[in-house]
Amino acid sequence: MSGALDRRRVVARLLAERGEALVIAGLGSPAWDAAAAGDHALTFPLWGAMGGAVPMALGLALARPERRVIALTGDGEMLMGLGALATVAAAAPANLAVVVLDNERYGETGGQQSHTARGVELAAVARAAGFAAAATVAAEADLAAAIATVLGAPGPVMAVFKIAPGTAPPALPPRDGTWLKHRFRQALLGRIEG
Amino acid sequence: MRPWAEAAFTALEAAGVRQAAYVPDAGLDALIARCRAAETVTAVALTSEEEGIALAAGAWLGGARAVVMMQSSGVGNCVNMLSLVRVCRFPLLMLVTMRGQWAEANPWQLPMGRIAADVLELAGVAVVPLRTAAEAEETVAAAATMAFEGSAAVAVVVDQRLLGAKRFARAS
Repeated sequence: MSGALDRRRVVARLLAERGEALVIAGLGSPAWDAAAAGDHALTFPLWGAMGGAVPMALGLALARPERRVIALTGDGEMLMGLGALATVAAAAPANLAVVVLDNERYGETGGQQSHTARGVELAAVARAAGFAAAATVAAEADLAAAIATVLGAPGPVMAVFKIAPGTAPPALPPRDGTWLKHRFRQALLGRIEG
Repeated sequence: MRPWAEAAFTALEAAGVRQAAYVPDAGLDALIARCRAAETVTAVALTSEEEGIALAAGAWLGGARAVVMMQSSGVGNCVNMLSLVRVCRFPLLMLVTMRGQWAEANPWQLPMGRIAADVLELAGVAVVPLRTAAEAEETVAAAATMAFEGSAAVAVVVDQRLLGAKRFARAS
């Protein structure tokens, strides 16, 4: 059964508390949710490269072990890259969190049901792969604890938020990838090249 | 003469590569072992090659240089993820060991072996061939310069003849 959490409120609350965290936002609605919460130099939104958010966050997490890194993705993208959960678990980065916004739908292509609508539990997959912690969050009352885990618990951790189906108001991040890359590196490293 | 894998590792380390992501191949065995043993390099085992393309992009965002290593059959798995590299102009250094190219006894390796280099070029990755152990260090160093200083996507493609073709035992 699909969830009831409001995706925009979940993401806005998470990103309001992000502190120094670095964020990779996966294609489609998760990237739009991050944009709606406010454009940020240290949020890298993907407009494509489906399946890339989690392994991209892994490379970033290994490069910056002192910073929290969050992969913000949806159920459709996570299902395409399930193998990346095994890769993350085997690499065991303590600073990486995977956040899945699970509406059991492919929201950008017409709302077709995803595998999570047919019983696949992404948190259980992450636990079986060897994540330090992975939980499914369906109730508003559990949000605060889940966000605290995402932002601070020893990783790799996953939080699957069961969000309501349906579209949110349009909010699009910048789409020039080269510029986004330069902006991210300038903000994080103080340089673009090298 | 030094084995090609040892020479390639020397060049990778000198180029400042700090992450080495791979799907195993027999031709990469020695280089993978060298990366796993190195204190300067974090070796990351992948389940599928496209993860490595995204990982290298994330590493670059964080200020680290990565190499992505795979067998030629894995090139096909990377195609859509290479759009990330192209649209964002991420530096990318790949090291691809060939199958289906020289004395290949497994016909299932031939289709990707025939098109791997063309697929890379079509997806915007410049192919730099590596044919002999003697040129390994220089070739990998040149490719790393193109990638990390020249903001290019580059694949060092290692000849199957240099690696030695896999032998299949005959049933007796």
